[in-house]
Amino acid sequence: MTEKTSGRAATATGERSPRTTSFLEVNDLRIHFPTEDGLVKSVDGLSFRLDRGKTLGIVGESGSGKSVTSLGILGLHKGGRARISGEIWLDGEELVSASAEQVRRLRGKKMAMIFQDPLSAMHPYYTVGDQIIEAYRVHNNVSKRVARKHAIDMLGRVGIPQPDRRVDNYPHEFSGGMRQRAMIAMALCCDPELLIADEPTTALDVTVQAQILDLMRDLQRDFNAALIIITHDLGVVAELADDILVMYGGKCVEYGSAEDIFERPEHPYTWGLLGSMPRLDREPTERLMPIKGTPPSLINVPPGCAFHPRCAYTDRTGGKSNTVVPELVETEGGHLVRCHMSRQERREIWENEIKPSLESM
Amino acid sequence: MLIVVSMVTFSIFFVVPRLAGATAEDLANRYVGRAATGEIVAAQAERLGFNDPLVVQYGRWIAGVFLGAEYDTGAGVEQCPAPCFGYSFITRQPVWPDLLDRLPVTASLATGAAVLWLIGGIATGVVSALKRGSLFDRAAMGVALAGVSLPIFFTGIASLVIFSYTLGITAPGGSYTPLTEDPIEWAYNLILPWTTLAFLYAASYARLTRAGMLETMSEDYIRTARAKGLPESKVVTKHGLRGALTPIVTIFGLDFGLLLGGAVLTESTFSLNGVGKYAVSAIVKNDLPQILGVTMLTAFFVVIANLIVDLLYAVVDPRVRLS
Repeated sequence: MTEKTSGRAATATGERSPRTTSFLEVNDLRIHFPTEDGLVKSVDGLSFRLDRGKTLGIVGESGSGKSVTSLGILGLHKGGRARISGEIWLDGEELVSASAEQVRRLRGKKMAMIFQDPLSAMHPYYTVGDQIIEAYRVHNNVSKRVARKHAIDMLGRVGIPQPDRRVDNYPHEFSGGMRQRAMIAMALCCDPELLIADEPTTALDVTVQAQILDLMRDLQRDFNAALIIITHDLGVVAELADDILVMYGGKCVEYGSAEDIFERPEHPYTWGLLGSMPRLDREPTERLMPIKGTPPSLINVPPGCAFHPRCAYTDRTGGKSNTVVPELVETEGGHLVRCHMSRQERREIWENEIKPSLESM
Repeated sequence: MLIVVSMVTFSIFFVVPRLAGATAEDLANRYVGRAATGEIVAAQAERLGFNDPLVVQYGRWIAGVFLGAEYDTGAGVEQCPAPCFGYSFITRQPVWPDLLDRLPVTASLATGAAVLWLIGGIATGVVSALKRGSLFDRAAMGVALAGVSLPIFFTGIASLVIFSYTLGITAPGGSYTPLTEDPIEWAYNLILPWTTLAFLYAASYARLTRAGMLETMSEDYIRTARAKGLPESKVVTKHGLRGALTPIVTIFGLDFGLLLGGAVLTESTFSLNGVGKYAVSAIVKNDLPQILGVTMLTAFFVVIANLIVDLLYAVVDPRVRLS
């Protein structure tokens, strides 16, 4: 498999680092969709790394390109109208240049996905057992009986009571939480090494959310899988993620460990996200601090920094924010930020303005 | 359901004319010869029971279906063994044996055409949906439009002229060999009627399948199926088509049920002695018992077909099942 060289220097770490042994490595991924209204730049130069056993949380608003990224990793855009460039290295295999058939064989087996709404994501006419059996038999040449036993096993592992009975139930016969567990069972049945969960708890009640997140954490440990959680809910990533990637306008605007992001965020958008999160452990005295404005159109991305129309600090960049796209630069020890303000300035603002108001909220 | 159908049919034939002012004599007029006098007509009316209360007439008719009846024609008593769907005074035959004779022809025509149109129509619809907007799609939908718009007696006669009489590769009109006699001859004789009839229906099924597929293929569970690593063919057939089947099953039940009651135009065009042709000649002759018999038969098939379709619904879509 030939390595596709990207035209410009990888902006992930500011230098072209030699390929390390990361399990999943995404380099300068771009996914553009030509439409009648223009070119939709859903993902525009995304790079990150993920190791087995670790969890990456991708956070962003609707329309930031999160789901398109995950579908891109799974190769579900191939054969469509999407223009994909960049590199996706999964366990040493490059996926962007691979054929659709090659990637298809990996789907379900090496990498699997859990979708947001299990009611619409599962076929209503087939039993849950049938669907899991199907997922298993695509990649494993076993008899139906063996596959069925495995399906019952998996349903038990995800915490569904009486799995031998429920394996013959239809999706509409499950409650929301159980359905999502069944979906997780289906994703895990072939022992994937990369698991992508696209808003896995958004469609569930809050109490059930907690259970599902616990389940995912346990399963990740058991399977030693790499987990990507895509969500707009910071609370979810606070629970599970080792590293967090904040996406905005198709680009990564901040990347760091969970601690970095929650304790020392340095991007105005991240501040906005933290500010707009309602917290039970704080006094409900002040109003939430929403981010003014709306997410940008991915066809007409604002020039320069994509966030500048909504940013309160554009005047501190000396006019660069609406002309020059900021680079993703390391601020400290693996913590990357894409912002025109200096490190000094950002930290000051965080310490003096944002952090206190968050705590007093 | 069937009781309701029988009552409705009975009303149409025996009650509505009364409401329009027909007397027992008017009704009996159909059962006598041309030179009948008023007395003869009155006597016939009495014999046929047209002077009895309607409920009694209905009861007698229903009883006749199960037990058989006797008809006093004035020239003798005719036996009409059970099931008695009526006795034609014009042909002097009970209706049921005639229908029974013609049923295999209609059934052969309907079944063969059904197989063809299901396969052709659904396949075309699926490909059209998958290649939406392509040349194939546009051409197929154009042909479908033609198929739905062109009347059978046009396509039928045109194909007869081209294939049977000019090219001589298919059988001429009027030929029919029962399946039990010679299957190959049977199929050969029916190829042209099958394709003509199927062309009409395949067109609407192609459009129906295309619409259903376009809807199903944009559902989330298709994305899940692909994410599992299923080959695209499986995604399309097992997941996509299965989801689009419900309307197709419904319509097919109705279409097939109606067809069994007589593919009137096709049988007439190809001179096949089926139930449809029987109905046409009955109407032309104004032979009421025959018309009544065909109507009941068609109604019966449609009711049964609807029942089967309702049951099939539950098989196809588990969400509909009764607990």
